[in-house]
Amino acid sequence: MTTDVITTPKAPLTTGARGSNGTGHRPGEKSFGAGRVIAFAILIVLAIAWLLPFAWAIVTSLKSETDAASSASWIPENGFTLGAYSQVLAEGNIPLWTVNSILTAVVITALTVATGALAAYALSRLDFAGRRTWYIAIVAAIIVPPQVLIIPLFYQALAFNTVDTYLGLILPQVVAPAMVFILAKFFDQVPIELEEAARVDGASRLRVFWSIVLPLSRPILAAVSIFVFISAWNNFLWPFLVVNDTSLMTLPVGLQTVKSAFGVQYAQNMASAILAALPLIIVFLFFQRQIIKGISTTGLGGT
Amino acid sequence: MTTSTVSNRAVASAGPAARKAAGPARNRRRSTLTGYAFMAPFLVFFLLFLIWPVVHGVYLSFTNQSLTGSGGQIIGFSNYLEAFTDSQMWGAILNTLWFTLLSTVPLVLIALAMALLVQMGLPAQWLWRLSFFMPFLLASTVVSLIWAWLFNPSLGLINSFLATFGIEGVAWLQDPRWSMVSIVIATVWWTVGFNFLLYLAALQNIPDQQYEAAALDGAGKWRQLFSITIPQLAPTTVLILILQVLASLKVFDQIYQLLNQAITPSTRSAVVYIFETGFTGYRFGYSSAISYIFFALIIIVSLVQLRATSRKSL
Repeated sequence: MTTDVITTPKAPLTTGARGSNGTGHRPGEKSFGAGRVIAFAILIVLAIAWLLPFAWAIVTSLKSETDAASSASWIPENGFTLGAYSQVLAEGNIPLWTVNSILTAVVITALTVATGALAAYALSRLDFAGRRTWYIAIVAAIIVPPQVLIIPLFYQALAFNTVDTYLGLILPQVVAPAMVFILAKFFDQVPIELEEAARVDGASRLRVFWSIVLPLSRPILAAVSIFVFISAWNNFLWPFLVVNDTSLMTLPVGLQTVKSAFGVQYAQNMASAILAALPLIIVFLFFQRQIIKGISTTGLGGT
Repeated sequence: MTTSTVSNRAVASAGPAARKAAGPARNRRRSTLTGYAFMAPFLVFFLLFLIWPVVHGVYLSFTNQSLTGSGGQIIGFSNYLEAFTDSQMWGAILNTLWFTLLSTVPLVLIALAMALLVQMGLPAQWLWRLSFFMPFLLASTVVSLIWAWLFNPSLGLINSFLATFGIEGVAWLQDPRWSMVSIVIATVWWTVGFNFLLYLAALQNIPDQQYEAAALDGAGKWRQLFSITIPQLAPTTVLILILQVLASLKVFDQIYQLLNQAITPSTRSAVVYIFETGFTGYRFGYSSAISYIFFALIIIVSLVQLRATSRKSL
């Protein structure tokens, strides 16, 4: 029953997100008319509205605290300064939290994708007792909101003594049934002939998986990895609950303490926000195409 | 979840594995071993951090367990009975539904408008995509820091912008009449990029021939939009709606962070209330009961949505 919740809306979308993300010219739409001018104007207004918060945060972060707290002007009376940044970097823990964020997000992504791909391959290709039951359980689990589990998960962390440890921070974030489902759907579509040929030649299942299936699945593995990485990088609730030790905090959690610590230091608040946002935005600028493709592919349920 | 474990032959549609279902018993045992060898790493995490908490949470909801370790006796349905007469819980659920409605409508419509406009092939494609999607890459705390500053009543950009038009600003986050709207505004800015990308991907999959044929038949741009584009996007719209409603129902981060822990009865969401009863009230048992009431709500909403949309999309 719960299976349908997940599969039915996605079923019609098996061809989704294949299109290139290049410019989307439609034949016949290239003429310049009043319609295009209006559309262009609306786009510009929307883009400004979406970029303005960034711009305002950057400008504020470059002000002195006095200027930031005196008026909402774009040009500070006393000129621009990097003071807030040097203050934040010198007094705060942002470099440490960045390292923690990279570490946790990388480990979570690696574990999620590795365990998920193996399981998805088994669900898609191998015949074993209980396969159907596990498949249904995993698909049904997609609907379980992680927020509903915070109490038992925290209770478990207390029992395992993993509160305020990397283990307690990382391991509970390594379950992504939706990603298993997406990968299994992808493996279902990989032609089986290559694998069968290799099996006839005596290759083991693991060998087939490693040297035939995985190379064929690079795009979907990249998509899933990107999605998992971004979710892990930005995850707030669980790291916030399980970590109290400042030296173990990830960027999103650490930033929450900055707000209360710096209080009304607006320039420093914005400098912290920019510094915390920077790593992922830089990665995005370099891998824009792959990230956009990865997010839309995963969001549309694979393929 | 109660399906028989030996009915593999019935799942012909689920993959080629089913083809080999009728092997000799020994092969069968062997392949079961291989299967579980592949499944094992995932199952460890799945059982430990998903299935077990789901089960244990149900148990906790029938106890008076506290965060401090005291309690833990089974008290039957007391937590549930208390929850059903707890006006704060009902308030939190109503707020959650209200937030879901307020946020989902613009998050779908603005995303659609953005995707349609970008898809027209106007210059500076990368710029539009960058502007609309970049906020989605930010952590909730970054978003909250920036928007708390934008919403600042005296120094914030929004009120000073309104002032240039002679409009007197409001205390966005502090005024109970505006705080939920403010949360919605920040949320739309933050997450619309995800829906925008899904729409954009779907738009690129509509075959050009359909537009060419329509153009030959003399259909104008607006006609094409409503008779080709919007209907072709229906499955994507259904998907986005479902994902968005589920995401909005789980709202926590923005509310908790933007309101700086000064959450009022008019802004308390269901997850915020779960968090408060569990981690500031220390009532793990009661919090678990509320979690499951909330979970039931999510399942009900999903089923209602499915029923409402399946007729249209399939």
